[in-house]
Amino acid sequence: MEVMDKLAILADAAKYDAACTSSGVTRGGRPGTIGTASNSGCCHTFSADGRCVSLLKVLYTNCCCYDCAYCVNRRSNDVPRTAFTPRELAELTIQFYRRNYIEGLFLSSAVLKSPDYTTERMIEALRLLRTEYRFNGYIHAKAIPGADPGLTYELGLLADRLSVNIELPSESSLRLLAPDKSRASILEPMARIRDRAAQSKAELKLYRHAPRFAPAGQSTQMIVGATPESDRHILALTEGLYRKYRLKRVFFSAYMPVSNHKSLPAPVGFKPPLLREHRLYQADWLLRFYGFTAGEILDEGHPNFDAALDPKSDWALRHPEFFPVELNRADYEAILRVPGIGMRGAERIVAARRYGPLSFEGVKRLGIVMKRAQYFITCSGRMLPGLRFSPESVYRRLAGLEQAALGGGESWQQLSLFDGGAG
Amino acid sequence: MTAYRYDGTFAGFLTCVWDALESRTDPAAFLLPEDSPTFWEERSLAADRGRAKRLYAALARRVSPAFQKLVTRGFLTCLPEKELALFTLIRRGLQEGDRVRLDLSDPVMADVNLALTKMWTEWDHLKGFIRFSELDGVLVGEIEPKNRVLPLLASHFAARYSGERIVLYDRTHHEVFLSDRGRWRLLPAEDFRMGPAGAEERAYRAMWRTYFDTIAIEGRLNPKCQSTHMPKRYRHVMTEFLTDGEMERSLPGQSPAGSLGDGNSGQRSTSTTRR
Repeated sequence: MEVMDKLAILADAAKYDAACTSSGVTRGGRPGTIGTASNSGCCHTFSADGRCVSLLKVLYTNCCCYDCAYCVNRRSNDVPRTAFTPRELAELTIQFYRRNYIEGLFLSSAVLKSPDYTTERMIEALRLLRTEYRFNGYIHAKAIPGADPGLTYELGLLADRLSVNIELPSESSLRLLAPDKSRASILEPMARIRDRAAQSKAELKLYRHAPRFAPAGQSTQMIVGATPESDRHILALTEGLYRKYRLKRVFFSAYMPVSNHKSLPAPVGFKPPLLREHRLYQADWLLRFYGFTAGEILDEGHPNFDAALDPKSDWALRHPEFFPVELNRADYEAILRVPGIGMRGAERIVAARRYGPLSFEGVKRLGIVMKRAQYFITCSGRMLPGLRFSPESVYRRLAGLEQAALGGGESWQQLSLFDGGAG
Repeated sequence: MTAYRYDGTFAGFLTCVWDALESRTDPAAFLLPEDSPTFWEERSLAADRGRAKRLYAALARRVSPAFQKLVTRGFLTCLPEKELALFTLIRRGLQEGDRVRLDLSDPVMADVNLALTKMWTEWDHLKGFIRFSELDGVLVGEIEPKNRVLPLLASHFAARYSGERIVLYDRTHHEVFLSDRGRWRLLPAEDFRMGPAGAEERAYRAMWRTYFDTIAIEGRLNPKCQSTHMPKRYRHVMTEFLTDGEMERSLPGQSPAGSLGDGNSGQRSTSTTRR
């Protein structure tokens, strides 16, 4: 089989993995090697579905001995199967990298023969790329649950980031749809990667040349909408993963109907819950950068996202006692909670008011858009002159802005589909 | 009020600023050699590297290194009348000190900051969206940016491909970045044409297009989201949106050469002509 055909098959098999970031590690160029890495990552193109393409995301092989119902590569699915050789993969990565098509390689794999055997093949490919081809760019490798810890360690010495997919948001869903995996078999390597990375960091402080284990940390992803968990459950799980397992990112992937399995939503007429995925990412951002806790965003009386509002506006409307925020006095953390003001905006406000008091005119010149923020702020004790509103009218106006931002009608309808199921 | 005419270089600009500060005049405009005359009294100054250097050093010493950077980076933006805005900031900076950088709600500062934000966005985009073709062992690419980001991109690519030879041409500003195994230069270049690709180059382009088409999930097609993240203006030099034929034509950009390839191979070698 030609490399072109392998690429088409193994990229197609990998595309449902949401993660494609190249962030978390900075590495300058080194003479005799090719490549650099930057902490903020780099998007090299955006595919027709609007997702960032940063890495060459392929499977080493799509020959799988597992039979997970939600997965296109399950053993019982009738698709063409193939595998790269380590040299083909290294050559392809380098040649794409030289042309600035990609920031590096994202290597995942179906489980060929056994987790150990698969990991060994991946190590072989990455070692060739790092040593013979002297590749200094970004590598994200998927750790295969069930593989020998020693092998996963070796993989982490070659890669910048490791990830173990949690796949589904609960043990019962896993039992139902992925009989070959269990919660423990996923969390165990995750904990081990966390500990190894911490150990490597500590050693690097003592010895400059200590081996670097997964310097860009680890991430995970889960499929949303295939099983009946509530948003609150997923968000609490996400928060737990950040806290307990020190993950750098948790990715959500709206379930795409790839199977007729009886426990999965029927593929006919199924619309992937893209809006729900979007809301989860918005809430994930609030957890990571805005100082929110999962319990603040969703609680027992409020277990699912409001389809009509972004989570930050939703929180703000449920907490009138917190507002208005006085932009000339409030601290950075409080300003961050204002809908419509992001991190950069909050930083600018805090910097600019050191020069002199800010007026609404001045705030606008900082580049802050008032559409959402105006209902929640004061400047020197005054609200925006001429602004009249009630709690109900603010809800309607914010919902209207949100609907316009989402592009109106269609994605709108999608939430109602899982509303019933998620209850 | 005086209109200053200068050569378009940073040193030339600083020479004019020096003159305006010294003679306590309010510049009405800064003109480039090709600009038509205005009704203002005109002063035409040649770049004085000595004065430029001293003023440049004073920006760091008397205001702050961050302010100096603001001015040099601001000069690379495509802000209309950027020279006037930067002059205003320099004058304020020398009077008030570094505090001026905090006055983000000042109209001039806000304009410069917005222009800088846009420039850094373009720089960030281009770090990813630039495409190289390997032609006779050299990596060759073209860009058509709004801001003069080539000097900012140079060190990035020189470090990334430290073992390669690179030619990267800026069609807007007629400037070329040349790198030979980590050592690099920027040179003015009026004309540039990309040569024809060999079989291997064509094969990798085809693989990249296949990869690009394959990786999109059909059930999630979202061209609006795609355009938000990757504005269409970048695509006319990106491999995945072009056929080989289109890539080998000198695309109808602002390039003065602008000649459409017609299969005449004698004309289509990789060439740069110094101004």
